[in-house]
Amino acid sequence: MIRFIIKRILGMIPVILIIATVTFFIIRLAPGGPFDSDRAIPEEILANINAKYHLDKPIYAQYFIYLGNLVRGDLGPSFRYANRSVNEVIASTWGISAILGLCSLFYALCIGISAGIVSASKPNSMRDYVPMTISLLGICLPSFVIGPLFILCFAHGFGLVFEYFNVGGWEDPKDVVLPAISLGTMYSAYVARLARGGLLDVVKQDYIRTARAKGLSEFTVLVRHTLKGGLLPVVSFLGPAAAGIMVGSFVVETIFNIPGMGRFFVQSALNRDYTLVMGMVLVFACLLLVFNLLVDIAYAFLDPRVSYE
Amino acid sequence: MFVRTQSLLFFTLSFFASDLFAISATILPPKDQVVWIGNGAEPRELDPAISTGVPESHIIDNLFEGLTGLDPITLEPIPGVAESWTKSEDGRTYVFKIRADAKWSDGKSLTAEDFVWSWQRALRPETASEYSYQLYYIKNAEAFNTSKIKDQNKIGVHARGKNELVVELENPTPFFLQLTAFHTLYPVPRHTIEKFPGQKWTRPENMVSNGPFKLSEWKINQHIKLVPNENYWNHKLTKISAAYLYPIERQDTEERTFLSGKLHRTNEVPVLKIPLYEKRQKSNPTAYKPYRADPYLGIYFYRFNVTKPPFNDPRVRRAFALTIDRSLIAQKITRAGEQPAGTFTPPGTGGFTAPPLLNLRVTKKDVAEAQELLAKAGYKGGKGFPKVDILFNTSDKHKKIAVAIQQMWKKNLGVDVGLYNKEWKVYLNAEKKLDYQIARAAWIGDYPDPNTFLDMFVTDGGNNKTGWSNKTYDGLIQEASKILDQKLRYETLLKAEKILMDELPIVPIYVYTKPQLVAEQLKMIDNTGKLIEYTSNIQDRLFLKNMVLVK
Repeated sequence: MIRFIIKRILGMIPVILIIATVTFFIIRLAPGGPFDSDRAIPEEILANINAKYHLDKPIYAQYFIYLGNLVRGDLGPSFRYANRSVNEVIASTWGISAILGLCSLFYALCIGISAGIVSASKPNSMRDYVPMTISLLGICLPSFVIGPLFILCFAHGFGLVFEYFNVGGWEDPKDVVLPAISLGTMYSAYVARLARGGLLDVVKQDYIRTARAKGLSEFTVLVRHTLKGGLLPVVSFLGPAAAGIMVGSFVVETIFNIPGMGRFFVQSALNRDYTLVMGMVLVFACLLLVFNLLVDIAYAFLDPRVSYE
Repeated sequence: MFVRTQSLLFFTLSFFASDLFAISATILPPKDQVVWIGNGAEPRELDPAISTGVPESHIIDNLFEGLTGLDPITLEPIPGVAESWTKSEDGRTYVFKIRADAKWSDGKSLTAEDFVWSWQRALRPETASEYSYQLYYIKNAEAFNTSKIKDQNKIGVHARGKNELVVELENPTPFFLQLTAFHTLYPVPRHTIEKFPGQKWTRPENMVSNGPFKLSEWKINQHIKLVPNENYWNHKLTKISAAYLYPIERQDTEERTFLSGKLHRTNEVPVLKIPLYEKRQKSNPTAYKPYRADPYLGIYFYRFNVTKPPFNDPRVRRAFALTIDRSLIAQKITRAGEQPAGTFTPPGTGGFTAPPLLNLRVTKKDVAEAQELLAKAGYKGGKGFPKVDILFNTSDKHKKIAVAIQQMWKKNLGVDVGLYNKEWKVYLNAEKKLDYQIARAAWIGDYPDPNTFLDMFVTDGGNNKTGWSNKTYDGLIQEASKILDQKLRYETLLKAEKILMDELPIVPIYVYTKPQLVAEQLKMIDNTGKLIEYTSNIQDRLFLKNMVLVK
């Protein structure tokens, strides 16, 4: 198992390098540069700005400079935010996105798995159709509809008793609730469907019939015996989903005015802030790789048939 | 001491006018005087010499102060760090007297040498200041900034003793005292900048400034907190105890935050809701009105690429210009109280008002004239007209306007015009490379003087971007920059405006307004100390030291 983990970790390094290289060249394909503005800049000043950021050198030279800094963990200065380095931007925002992500994930898993269990307990009945229809709504309604809807109901809009939450911001601990729900609802819908599917698959197995024959309660059968195997599809889904949630959702962060990483993800591309784009892409890539590894390890614990020895 | 007659006139008028604005209300106690302002975007930097954007200027204008300050309503220059100044007969030399008690926020004394160092720094090529051209009115500034001369001491700014600053200009620049209140010309703390590398001196724990406020907190994408600077010479005027500026980008999120009571002033109003607000305001004139749309010093216009057919023919350009119904666009599409524009320079800029040189509405006569021009150019009834497109940066508002104009041209000229939108940077690139036929554009004035608008279109001007060149126009702009007498100067500029509106490399459409939501609690204190209603200014400059919260 340990050997397996080490091999995987070592394998991540070339993947990151390839991603960095491809991204480096692709983002420069888009027309427009980081310092284009609607006000004309004198040629000499533009030359000085470009020199400051090595943009005057041939692209291969820029690439090697970037790579050299990358291996030392230095993601470079942000082209747009002269005051911050990319490391600083990520350091000050990733924590917020991580907290939001974890809370969303927790919410998605709780709601999703419970709904999946309820559905799978009596397939093709009302107990099944109702949660699954609601989950369909969760998948179809985008977060920029759910978000403002929740704000309207629970923060400011109907003037009802419910005006407990803030309209946005990240000043209060309770500010995490509405955004986490908005972000997590879509994932909870997927989790519910996947859980239902996985559980239904397992429930057909012989060893479940044995458990029922032994006289165990339906609850014990479902939760103690089917769940471990039934959750395998959910676990596979979780790898990329967790990475996506962690990087923060651009939409939820702008609706709720949360100072997380997700906003930078899209904005930096629009600003042609090459270094920040690279930083975001690399963070996302690392998260994806790490979570996929965790998922694979989880598999070994959940499914006794899987072994990495 | 020659104080400008205009300033004297203004001070007298304002003394009486302020009585009209004076109100009575209970000012909140100091501990409740915390103002929350929506600021639109996360600031890119807070260094006055290199900053370019509006959100940055809102903060910088309160952290620092230049030689002159500005009146919060009229934007007339008033004493700032300089308590008085004299101007030579030919208008080319200014001597500023720096206050004896001028200090940095760390207590260190602010001297004339600070200004010399700061202006030299803004002009040093390595500083790479994008707004360095605002200092080009100073002798040798442009030559130094473009590396034609290497000695920074040749720049026309010198300290005479601790408290006198002598500035030599290339030409009499009537708006120079407004430029000294522009952030690129603010003093910056040499002792702090030399201690920290790069931009680290602007971190809250390091920053030293000389304005009414100092930087207390800077949380990325969350807020910027400003607190009063006790070492500011006029700190007694400041009533608020803290100001939070929030970089909320989405208009609807900002509006929600305002409506829930968490903002005292927004940066914008959701475009789609503007008609709703306007209607609500009209229906109940005495109720609390958070929405306001004050005139803003900017112009919305279309550019023509005059280097290629069909728009290399001025008759075609005129035909197209005549058939845009500017009033309709302002009243029915943008609907935020904008004024249709008949000239490029917004009327009233620095007191300069050209009569409308272009039709504000489209009458049958205009259509007939336009059709005749088009026919003379060889495209009678629109036949044979090449395929052209309107380029605009992606936005609902620009699209609506472009669609309307497309319809107007089809109906009045029989011409089929396409539309395409590009993302902001791609659009800028295309415009710069003249890779367009018609392009949507806007220009926000840097200072309240017609020069900031008219000098855009000189031959090969960086902001021209149309390919248009007219030697007479260039000559007039040059000539105006040398004239001392305002009336004469404006007559010259009017001639230039007439040429511009005659040849029409650009078509003005409307003058901007700045829609905002302002809380009832937010009031202002004018420079005489009187409590007045919140009043905006045409450059949307933020005057936190004049703000106060009432019950």
